[in-house]
Amino acid sequence: MMFSSFLLTNKSAIRNLAILGLVIVLASNVLEMSGVVFFRIDTKDMIRFDRFSLLFNTIVFTSTLVYFLLSARDIEKVGINYGEYFALIFFVLCGITLTSSFRSLLVLFLGIEIISIPLYILTGSDKRNLKSNEASLKYFLLGAFSTGLMLMGIALVYGSTGTFSTTAVTQPDSALFISGMLLLMFSMAFKVSAAPFHFWTPDVYDGAPTVFTSFMATIVKVAGFIAFIRLFGDEFGTAQPVWQLLIALITAITLFIGNITAVFQQSVKRMLAYSSISQAGFMMLAIYAMNTEAKEGLLLYSAAYCLATIGIFAVLIKLKDYSFEGFNGFAKKQPLLALVTTIFLLSLAGIPLTAGFLAKFYMLKAALATGKYLWLVIFAVLMAVVSVYYYFRVIQAMYFKEGAGQNIEVSQPFKWTLVLLAAVIILLGIFPDLIIYWLYF
Amino acid sequence: MIPVLLILIPLISGLLTFFIKNEKAVRGWVLFSSVITLCVSILGLTVLKNDSYLQFRMNWMSTMNASFSLRLDGMGQILCLLTSVSFPLVFISTWESEYKKPANFFGLMLLMQVGLMGVFLSMDALLFYFFWELALIPAYFLCSQWGGEKRIAVTFKFFIYTFTGSILMLVAIIYIYMQTPTHSFDITAFYNTPLANRSESWLFWLMFIAFAIKMPIWPLHTWQPDTYEQAPTAVTMILSGVMVKMGVLGIIRWLMPVLHLSFYQWGDTVSTLAITGMIYASLIAIRQDDLKRLVAYSSIAHMGLMCATLFSETQSGMQGVMIQMFNHGINIIGLWIVIELIERQFGTRKISELGGLAQRSPAMAILLVIVALANIGLPLTNGFIGEFLMFNGIFASAVTKYYIVFTVLAGITIILAAVYTLNMIRKVFYGEANTLTAPGYSIRFNEKMALGIIVAFILVIGIYPNIFLNITQETSEFILKKADVTSLFSK
Repeated sequence: MMFSSFLLTNKSAIRNLAILGLVIVLASNVLEMSGVVFFRIDTKDMIRFDRFSLLFNTIVFTSTLVYFLLSARDIEKVGINYGEYFALIFFVLCGITLTSSFRSLLVLFLGIEIISIPLYILTGSDKRNLKSNEASLKYFLLGAFSTGLMLMGIALVYGSTGTFSTTAVTQPDSALFISGMLLLMFSMAFKVSAAPFHFWTPDVYDGAPTVFTSFMATIVKVAGFIAFIRLFGDEFGTAQPVWQLLIALITAITLFIGNITAVFQQSVKRMLAYSSISQAGFMMLAIYAMNTEAKEGLLLYSAAYCLATIGIFAVLIKLKDYSFEGFNGFAKKQPLLALVTTIFLLSLAGIPLTAGFLAKFYMLKAALATGKYLWLVIFAVLMAVVSVYYYFRVIQAMYFKEGAGQNIEVSQPFKWTLVLLAAVIILLGIFPDLIIYWLYF
Repeated sequence: MIPVLLILIPLISGLLTFFIKNEKAVRGWVLFSSVITLCVSILGLTVLKNDSYLQFRMNWMSTMNASFSLRLDGMGQILCLLTSVSFPLVFISTWESEYKKPANFFGLMLLMQVGLMGVFLSMDALLFYFFWELALIPAYFLCSQWGGEKRIAVTFKFFIYTFTGSILMLVAIIYIYMQTPTHSFDITAFYNTPLANRSESWLFWLMFIAFAIKMPIWPLHTWQPDTYEQAPTAVTMILSGVMVKMGVLGIIRWLMPVLHLSFYQWGDTVSTLAITGMIYASLIAIRQDDLKRLVAYSSIAHMGLMCATLFSETQSGMQGVMIQMFNHGINIIGLWIVIELIERQFGTRKISELGGLAQRSPAMAILLVIVALANIGLPLTNGFIGEFLMFNGIFASAVTKYYIVFTVLAGITIILAAVYTLNMIRKVFYGEANTLTAPGYSIRFNEKMALGIIVAFILVIGIYPNIFLNITQETSEFILKKADVTSLFSK
């Protein structure tokens, strides 16, 4: 049930081995989902792989596979330690499997740390670049701070309940418990870059090598959300009336800051960093609602958001100029790439017929199902309109602005992977049941 | 079967269009496709009127109970006919216009037709929303790629405006969907769901804003004149002729019967907005020098009248709106055709720079005058029928106390319409020809044909409107029955 045994072998990494390893992990995960179990380890109920976490793992592994297929070659350009980068990414994946299936606060802490530490290294992997170093240090300091908060929160919760298990009966009205919960909430909000704990995000995403930004902004971020929803669904589910308003406020602030700031960005990479904050705001709606729709929706959202963002980053990595002007005339030079990028952007903006629309749809549905805080839903959709502004700026630059267009070299398989990815996004946009179905059967 | 064909034919042929290299072949192909769609639409009106042909239902997204459900009711018949008539007309009349990358242009046009047809046909709220957005995306690309100088900014404004409206509508749709007993998006479920009085009010505004932006109703109209001016004329024809009807249809099918209490409650407010907008737009139209903007503002006035009529909730008014939707579409396309050929020939749309065209090109002048008179609503033209029924409806309204005020104020705009339309005709077609207009213009065969068809429609409907009124009779009665609030008065 633990995949670490696979992961350690990848130290000798070459690209194909990494991809092969990932395929094996993915396959075993899918098999497990359909009932074939290879080996059982008694985890004393600290970890349990239920449908939800397995399905989420599948989404994460598939996204990583797509990420490897598209960007593995670009990892090469970052630095000399090619093999290590893959190993670190596999470590992160290991941490993600822990965070998606924890039943104990200790495992949650372990998972989060296994995710974070490799990321600090990956962020600073471009050693000669000052910005990359700065980003890494910033990320490390703030990350360590939030880890401290988390530990303190766990300690307080342990003090009030006497157990690390998240499914045990709790006493929601004790002050100790509530303050522990708040500390955990803040540290989780930090990990998913929800406002007002988002300040590290733009700098870190901008400073890190673009290939790793792509990984961090997508797979790692949704993993944070899965941990968040599990934690608040299991451990603090009974205390929902206490935290719901606070989460609603965090959601609103995140949406506002992410979207409004993204509008003023001049670099597409930075815009995507802020857009990832605003998308996080939408995913926060799931935490706020915390019902069946929210869980289904979060899975769909993870898939839609990861696939589209990885696609955009894969194209962005190939470019030299990350500014909006850099995209001018792109459609003339690379009609196919421009088309798929458009589909990815439309999906992020939440236009129907793409997976992104249904993801947003589920979030709104979940939030409306709670029957409270209608203003939050209206606010969220208005912010979605703002997001259309900056996503469409890229489309405008690609199609309607005159420009030389950058010369980029892309291989045929790269193109076809992107086309396939776009097709999947549209397919999910028409038949979301493809994912939701797995949750129940 | 008919509704599926109406969507599939433009969809498949539109996607194929992107791969045709030869320009002549592209034009021939899209014309062929649109004529086939027209034939199917006429078949649905005449031969295959049985319900089994006009309905289609398939499961789709079963986890949330949405279905791919299409049906041609009376209103759908009229609007689908309008759509399928407009596209061949547009293709014929712009046969000579040059486009960069014609394959992409015409492919997107057909995809826009898919979206429009879908909106008019869908009987499932989620599907309706899908098509609603789907019609917008091709329009965005068409206007931004092939429009005038300021196209990018203007189209963006248009897009943001309509997107805001539609996403607000989405919130309302989801909310009502949660309230339905079976959690279904189906239109009958929507019709039969009682809603709490308090939530109805804001639901009404969420939905109405979406439709009001599309129509457009003052004060949400500011995107419209700019977009009509900057868009390529072929697209403007579709936007103004067909796409604005999405808003009217939305009100009739998705707002009036679903939220009938607040529909009545806010009726006076909305009518006031609509009539203010009519007067405002007419006054601005009088001062316009640009032909395209003039027609754009006159369109705001016409849509305002339709909106005010809907909120009077009378059978006569409803029938008037139904027929006027078709008339307005046909007439405004006729006006755009004339403007397009004036602009192509003389290189300007400024009324002040034109004059004396009638002497040199009498055929064009005659056709335009007929279309313009229909636009004002002179007897024996189609416009008269629609406007008469609508005024009759407002005046006979039982749901508002201010029916006399509304009728009189709306009546004034008819006079204003006569002022700006006749003034335009006088300045452009009569008077002295100047150096610019001296060469004159002999109208081409394709333009003559398109205008001829339009004039034929104008006269036929003007003289014998019953062929159209009979189609929509049942739908109008049904909607009004659903929206009936008079039972509340007796309590």
